[in-house]
Amino acid sequence: MSAADGSKPVKGIVTPIRLDYRYTPGAAQSRFLHGLKEGRLLGRRCPQCGKVYVPPRGGCPMCGVEFAEEVEVADTGTLVTYAVVNVNFANRVIDLPYISGEVLFDGSDMTSMVLVQGVSPDEVRMGMRVRAHWLPRDEWDYSFTNIDYVEPIDEPDADYESFKEAL
Amino acid sequence: MTEVLSAPHSMEFPYTRSTGPMVGAFLTGLRERKVFGVRDSSGRVVVPPPEYDARTAAALPHDDLVEVSPEGVVTSWSWNPKPRLGQPFERPFAWALVRLDGADTSLLHALDAPREQIATGMRVRVRWADETTGDIHDIACFEAVR
Amino acid sequence: MRPVAVVSYAQHASAREDNRNEVEILLPVLREALEPTGLTTQDIGFTVSGSSDYLAGQAFAFVSALDAVGPWPPIAESHVEMDGAFALYEAWVRLQHGDIDTALVYAFGKSSPGDIARVLSLQLDPYLVGPLWPDAVSLAALQARALLDADGIGEKDLARVVARDRRNAAGNPHAQVSEQTDEATLLAEPLYADPLRKHDCPPVSDGAAVVVLAAGDRARELAERPAWIRGIDHRIEGQYVGSRDLTVSASTRIAAQRAGVDGRADLAELHAPFSHQELILLEALGLDEDTTAVNPSGGALVSNPVMVAGLVRIGEAARRVSAGEGQRAVAHATSGPCLQQNLVCVLEAEQ
Repeated sequence: MSAADGSKPVKGIVTPIRLDYRYTPGAAQSRFLHGLKEGRLLGRRCPQCGKVYVPPRGGCPMCGVEFAEEVEVADTGTLVTYAVVNVNFANRVIDLPYISGEVLFDGSDMTSMVLVQGVSPDEVRMGMRVRAHWLPRDEWDYSFTNIDYVEPIDEPDADYESFKEAL
Repeated sequence: MTEVLSAPHSMEFPYTRSTGPMVGAFLTGLRERKVFGVRDSSGRVVVPPPEYDARTAAALPHDDLVEVSPEGVVTSWSWNPKPRLGQPFERPFAWALVRLDGADTSLLHALDAPREQIATGMRVRVRWADETTGDIHDIACFEAVR
Repeated sequence: MRPVAVVSYAQHASAREDNRNEVEILLPVLREALEPTGLTTQDIGFTVSGSSDYLAGQAFAFVSALDAVGPWPPIAESHVEMDGAFALYEAWVRLQHGDIDTALVYAFGKSSPGDIARVLSLQLDPYLVGPLWPDAVSLAALQARALLDADGIGEKDLARVVARDRRNAAGNPHAQVSEQTDEATLLAEPLYADPLRKHDCPPVSDGAAVVVLAAGDRARELAERPAWIRGIDHRIEGQYVGSRDLTVSASTRIAAQRAGVDGRADLAELHAPFSHQELILLEALGLDEDTTAVNPSGGALVSNPVMVAGLVRIGEAARRVSAGEGQRAVAHATSGPCLQQNLVCVLEAEQ
């Protein structure tokens, strides 16, 4: 018996949980990850509504229809929205403040969450044109983290009408 | 056909849980190397003690528990050939339901005994952990009474 | 009580679906179930599903399968962290309100990514049971021992169940286990989780199932021979296995009375992932093999996609009733350790 417990009644317990899995992403997402290993962004188009999803999960979430056609999208795009983050969370350690954003890659109808670099919090804006900055090729894995961040490119901002559907 | 990828994935959470007065009283008992139950509306002594009566739904008194013996009888058992993470032993062992003397229900825990000696009806006793902290693991396992 | 019927059903199950994720598995099953009715997910009044995030071990794994339903424009939807059979019960209750006539019920899950017997430990009391991590097989084996210790049941009875289920599985394209065998061969196998042998335990299966329900005249419009739900009930026992009599299923007995089983069924589909549980359930339902064909599909012993197998029992029973293989069927589904919760459903063809 531990003297430190004294005679205080038990009020709480610690019950750690751990479960181990072997995760398989399925056909469509596997193809997307293979594409990333080659430095390509591969999406799929819904045969019913025509939207292109990046990454594809197997079916169009609006129509409930299987994807068929593979579509490669560009690694340039439009920053449709963003947040200036002033607090680090969990295990992430990034210089504060940093900008987290949603980018609509050219050809895609769905945005991807990215880190935005190369522009100050005062100057970042919706509609800003950006390009993906990839890690060195020899560091590429089957992962979206091959794209380290996006940075602004020298193009006029995209018109709001052109990306409002993706918001 | 693209090669399908796979990756190991672990899900872990630390979880601290408030026990409430009934489970807390039971675990406080274990810390003191005692096993408590509670008498319900049918007069049965239920171990571990539930918070509410199964028949009447009335709250059962966490401050009026019944102490039962740390010795009792195996009411059922099974062999675990392939122990899994977090289970009481890392080598094959038996699970057992044990009705402690004075209780009318059985407690679930591990039973450390040679497989060929295990049988329903055998007498067993609690083997306490070296250090008790107020946790179900204060009972390390059950062992045969010689 | 508003009459509700099963008007369509489809399922898919297999061992270890590494090539497809949950959405990819579910999509074709949804299509297969909806096509004969001519309904789209937008035509359906209410959608309910059964699964669990813990099978995949990812937050939102369950709800993200809604992609397969294509919920745009938004639909009225609910889900239960249980087998799809219980989602079906919720759909049945919803249809009793009278303002909608159709419901879509689906269930899915991949047991293969994790250690399913260990994943199921998460449904146990988190204070005094969970921390010991008793797995589903170990707990079932405790119940089997208790049953074998009681009078009248022996190893041979378990082997008989397994042999019969495997015999029936020959006609089931979704079975993971179907090799034909006999009691003697089965009994010669070594014990695994004493007193259970490996074949007394279910296979690990990945799969999905879909049932379409419709009420009143709408059911007659959508299916030539609807399988009418004459009664349905769900009862729960206490959660602590040591406080229950594991040799009988009081909750199944009461649910059977409430659902109006009445000791009569041409066929019965029992959700018994372990062989000894079929014996307990049959007795609790008040049925016997002389007058009732038990598990014509082979049951959960030949295909056990967790979170789906209970809904499959209802679907398999309904399908046979609609096909004229029986006038009256009983379907059962379970949840929790050692048959803790049980749902019983009586299905009949149109008179």
